[in-house]
Amino acid sequence: MHLEITHLNKSFSTKRGSVVALKDINMHVETSEFVCAVGASGSGKSTLLRMIAGLETPTSGKITVDGTEVTGPGADRGLVFQSYTLYPWMTVQKNVEFGLKLQGLPQKERWELACYYLDIVGLTQFADSFPKELSGGMKQRVAIARSLACHPKVLLMDEPFGALDIQTKERMQEYLIEIWQRIKCSILMITHDVEEAVFLSQRIYVLSARPGTIQQELTIELPENRNYKIKREPAFYHYTDTILELLRGTNTEESETQISPSADLL
Amino acid sequence: MTTNPKLLKPTIFWQLAEEISESLKWVLMTLSIVIPLVIWLLVSSFARIESVFLPSPLAVIQALVNLWQQGFLIQDTVTSFLRVVGGFFLGGFCAIPLGILMGAFPSIRSLTEPIIGVVRYMPAPAFIPLLVIYLGIGETSKVMLIFIGTIFFNTLMIMDAVKFIPKELIEVTYTLGGLRKQILLQVITPYVIPNILDAFRINMAAAWNLVVVAELLAADNGLGKRIVLAQKFLRTDEIFACLIVLGVIGFALDLSFRLLLRWTCKWSVNR
Repeated sequence: MHLEITHLNKSFSTKRGSVVALKDINMHVETSEFVCAVGASGSGKSTLLRMIAGLETPTSGKITVDGTEVTGPGADRGLVFQSYTLYPWMTVQKNVEFGLKLQGLPQKERWELACYYLDIVGLTQFADSFPKELSGGMKQRVAIARSLACHPKVLLMDEPFGALDIQTKERMQEYLIEIWQRIKCSILMITHDVEEAVFLSQRIYVLSARPGTIQQELTIELPENRNYKIKREPAFYHYTDTILELLRGTNTEESETQISPSADLL
Repeated sequence: MTTNPKLLKPTIFWQLAEEISESLKWVLMTLSIVIPLVIWLLVSSFARIESVFLPSPLAVIQALVNLWQQGFLIQDTVTSFLRVVGGFFLGGFCAIPLGILMGAFPSIRSLTEPIIGVVRYMPAPAFIPLLVIYLGIGETSKVMLIFIGTIFFNTLMIMDAVKFIPKELIEVTYTLGGLRKQILLQVITPYVIPNILDAFRINMAAAWNLVVVAELLAADNGLGKRIVLAQKFLRTDEIFACLIVLGVIGFALDLSFRLLLRWTCKWSVNR
């Protein structure tokens, strides 16, 4: 698998003219790689991911997966949203099977694959539950299983743990590392949580805001077999510090809001 | 001078938007029926009102029994009921695909919403003279009246429900390899089934109103016709009896739609 993004630009037209959301983005994701894009709000990272998923079209530039240009959404690029997107009228099992059903797989194969992925996310015993009976973390695990069941070439994740409380979030990060080590899927995740990015990824793109550009690419050389203890290692701090400094330097939030001189004096 | 802070006093009856106890709920719900009945009983027996104008509850029960024994009650009720069911479900089966298409595709919405917006403000009873000219005073004109009177409201309510489907639910289906037709049939439609049942429940009341209006104006039978006949002979007790039957049937229909919703769409109750 080779995901390649070259000279990607995106601008939106608003009532006050055109706004550049993303400027000259170049990035790539390789087979079995876990890559994160970190950026503050306004860095256009969601837009970036949505364009890779094919849900939005770039203004210019190119996105290719294994050489084929992305022109719309497809099952080769699974997407896990921050909000809960399970089908509320289906059981957990049916939710995981649904992508396979859309692709016309026979009932038996669907069932077997769904069972396999439910086992991977550790929710076998909830197969017959309905989404409303699950906690937020469990819902996201089902969503991950549902995406993985379709065998995407790359799994895209849009702040999947953003709505979870901190304890659940940390457990989910460990789950995700475990899943990734087990099935070695390619993952591109975007997040604003620097610690999460360092903990999960092998490579990080740091995005600056307004317009979103890639400020730096970092390779995270931490052991692949990670658990929460690694968050206390000096090397871990080193990475988070570096990224936080980078983000701080480019955070244009203040310069954007216009403060009049008189207000400044007060 | 000290001012005491205003504290919220505890209350049982005046709970804002909060559930009351189950027992209190049932007591109040019983009173809601019993109090009007008692007032009616008292007024009819002690106030000096001619029984021709206000028959006593007992007289109305007697009228009900008579109508039942003569076979009119069951015959008229069934006739009216069948008209409602015919027109309403004919309209419903057109409204479901139309509403879903209008909600899902802004193109179809632009194409149909303006005309529906105008036509739905034309009061359905105003169509009766036309329908009688076109179709006579038989069953077809009544079924058509109910069809016209309910299809637009059902369509618009279903359309609104479709518009409120979370966008992510559709987008995530795209990324699972879903095609537009599959999304329409396998995501959007199941998602709005509870809303469809609810729209039907609410608009059933309109259908029930219209059938009586149509029967009052031009019909050979039905509960509306029964009321007109009773009026001719000043049988207010029979009018009251028919009104009560209409109310009870409407209430039963409402209740059965609620139960149907609860049984078939467990996932959506309290969603």
